[in-house]
Amino acid sequence: MADRVERDLNRFRQIVRGKIKKDLRKYMSQGEMIGRQGRRYVSIPLPQIDIPQFRFGQKQGGGVGQGEGDVGDPIARGDGKDGGSGEAGEESGQHTIEVDVTLEELAQILGEELQLPNIEPKGKKNIISEKDRYTGIAKVGPDSLRHFKRSYREALKRQIATGAYNPDDPIVVPIKDDMRYRTWKTTMLPEANAVIIYAMDVSGSMGTEQKELVRITAFWIETWLRSQYKSIDIRYIVHDAAAKEVDQQTFYHLREGGGTKISSAYKLALRMIEERYPPDDWNIYCFHFSDGDNWGGGDTRECVDILRKHLLPKINLFCYGQVRSLYGSGRFAHDLEEYLGKIENLVVSEIADRNDVYDSIKDFLGKGK
Amino acid sequence: MRNTKLPPDLQAAWQEIDGYARDYGLDYFPISFEVLDYRTLYEVASFGGFPTRYPHWRFGMEFDQMIKGHTYGLSVIYEMVINNNPSYAYLLEGNDMTTQKMVMAHVTGHVDFFKNNLWFSHTNRHMLDAMANHAVRIQKAIDRVGYEPVEDFIDVCLSLENLIDYHAPYIQRPEAQTLVPVTEEEQAEELPEGLRVDRRYMQGYINPPDFLAAERQKLQDERNRSRKFPENPQKDVLLFLLNYAPLDRWQHTVLEIVRDEMYYFAPQAMTKILNEGWASYWHSEIMTKKAARASEIVDFAEHHSGVVATSPQRMNPYKLGLELLRDIEERWNKGKFGKVYDECEDFAAKRAWDKNLGLGRQKLFEVRKFHNDITFIDEFLTPEFALEQKLFTFRYNRDTDLYEIASREFAEIKQKLLYRLTNFGQPFIQVEDGNYANRGELYLRHRHEGVDLRIDYARDTLRNLHKIWTRPVHLETVIDEKKRLLTFDGRDYAERRID
Repeated sequence: MADRVERDLNRFRQIVRGKIKKDLRKYMSQGEMIGRQGRRYVSIPLPQIDIPQFRFGQKQGGGVGQGEGDVGDPIARGDGKDGGSGEAGEESGQHTIEVDVTLEELAQILGEELQLPNIEPKGKKNIISEKDRYTGIAKVGPDSLRHFKRSYREALKRQIATGAYNPDDPIVVPIKDDMRYRTWKTTMLPEANAVIIYAMDVSGSMGTEQKELVRITAFWIETWLRSQYKSIDIRYIVHDAAAKEVDQQTFYHLREGGGTKISSAYKLALRMIEERYPPDDWNIYCFHFSDGDNWGGGDTRECVDILRKHLLPKINLFCYGQVRSLYGSGRFAHDLEEYLGKIENLVVSEIADRNDVYDSIKDFLGKGK
Repeated sequence: MRNTKLPPDLQAAWQEIDGYARDYGLDYFPISFEVLDYRTLYEVASFGGFPTRYPHWRFGMEFDQMIKGHTYGLSVIYEMVINNNPSYAYLLEGNDMTTQKMVMAHVTGHVDFFKNNLWFSHTNRHMLDAMANHAVRIQKAIDRVGYEPVEDFIDVCLSLENLIDYHAPYIQRPEAQTLVPVTEEEQAEELPEGLRVDRRYMQGYINPPDFLAAERQKLQDERNRSRKFPENPQKDVLLFLLNYAPLDRWQHTVLEIVRDEMYYFAPQAMTKILNEGWASYWHSEIMTKKAARASEIVDFAEHHSGVVATSPQRMNPYKLGLELLRDIEERWNKGKFGKVYDECEDFAAKRAWDKNLGLGRQKLFEVRKFHNDITFIDEFLTPEFALEQKLFTFRYNRDTDLYEIASREFAEIKQKLLYRLTNFGQPFIQVEDGNYANRGELYLRHRHEGVDLRIDYARDTLRNLHKIWTRPVHLETVIDEKKRLLTFDGRDYAERRID
């Protein structure tokens, strides 16, 4: 039996990697596996291939749900495009449950899925410290670590079993055997600090869908980097023809008109680094998202100049993600590749739609910088 | 393979559960339990519960997802059982005894349902063997023509697998697939005579020229109709293709196998809510009233609440089925049904209604015998139930890109639920004409009922259909309230309005 599924699995993996049956790759998506992180659901990028069928688009469909809420209350996010999922035809007798995951676990899953290398922080910042994490349960331990809920449960089970539990007078008295205590595991944590500087083009050509792509990509970048560093500073820059620093909320929702002058953002980033983040003490990550439609008049040359002379030598990694807007995408990605393509810590990736997010994250973080 | 015989403690537990279940009147095929380690369990699960399937990458994909879900602790398989005589059910090695007992009790419910429910009565009860045979036949095809061509063709078939007539196994359709030759010999053209004319000078008055022309047209139409092929629209598109598409023998085999397996799984999709509800009802009944030791009850409660947990956007079939069955049991126990009850307008009296009939259990067995999800919801969903269970409908809001609660009106909830279940959430698509434009082109029609098809998928599906039919293929559908004809002629894809 093992051989059979092993063979199918290998075949599937080859398709995913684009080695065989390339036409199927276009049906590849992430999804299926949904983890819940706090109050939001995040999908873990597990490749999945959907065979096309005559089936319903989802939007007009809707459905029936169960729970609290008034008419008009939102219950879930749309996926931005007409997605479909086969609800019926699901084979009976199997049941899966969604489970909470922590950010750390998410990062680990992501790392394994994308085969991301662990980051090696540079220089003296590579200090490792020990940290205790409370992960287990034991029958002995100090009172200060007593796990109330587990102990109560044990006591409840024992009392029900011995018949000492009276539902009308539900007093549960734990004895010594019922007690449960938290135990810890010592893990090594890197002490290094990092800063992420996000820059985004907010000129008129960047629409909601483009920003959503940026948001998804940024979420995964953060998740991964957080697992690699002890603490992370995040700074946000928006720019059209001029650049300014904003908070997270503004970053994702601001929409300006006007043209695009990318060099303004790079100058601001450079100033931030010079003022606040001396490269000897900080691991610096810059991510810039734009639709690549830069102003003419030599601005692109100025960008290349700043990057080559000032920015790139100071930072760990510079990633440029070019999203495709309604008006197509510009040639900035192309220009960067042409002038700076040989420099190690610069990554350029194009994100046309959601399915590219997966590849982009891999492009960005696959270098282990 | 490892020895999967039940260890003594599980054997003892099974004997106990088996006894309780039979005392309750459950009637099931012999059940063979196997204890598998998680890896093997997921292997079997990825094959749809069967130990042997033909080679195909999608089983690998399912396995990949399930095993990762398990490793990362995102999801767990709770039980798995296959409809076969004897039935096979799988237990996960290392589960605690409470869980194992609960799964066993749950499985008795499922197998009882497989055996007795009307909609399963035509399924192959030796599917285990059939699946193994399918694997062998496809392997033979692979040996003959090579792995890739067969795999590619399976992909094509899977792309069309939902185009079956879900009700066909139960109804003998007359004229289902007639083999009337497409080219009948031309009959001598009969001139339309018009009405009888006794005096020749009246001819132009009684049968004016446009009347004669209309008559001629009518005759012509009739002749065209009788030459139509197929004579009636065909819902079982796969059968139509099997009969008339120019397939190689091995291709015929593959398509036949895909169709067979689709029909085997269809009743499970058709009775998901009722079947899961029934099994959950029994695991709950057997565990809480009989099998669970006092020390196990807390663990049982925890597992059970996991099984019936709900989330806003997804209807949990376990929960809905279970609650609806319990509601029926209570209503028939108390006599809350029938004309007098329905017409009673005093809410207090209705709420306190209790005729002590005690017919609940009996009614439940009846329900499990005759109903599928559609009839189950249609007949037993009540406004009181919808209110109590906090059901609502939701819809997509284009402006906000959010799904929103649309209504809590009973009529709408019921309609939406039924609508989702009709044809198992699949669009109705049928063969209208196998000789479209008299050029041997295939014309399919989508019976549009308010929801558009996902158009990028529809295009690629047409492409796949063309690989089988080899002549141009058409699909009539509705996009944004306009009738469209999608066509793929082997090279180009076209879309035009046909109002």
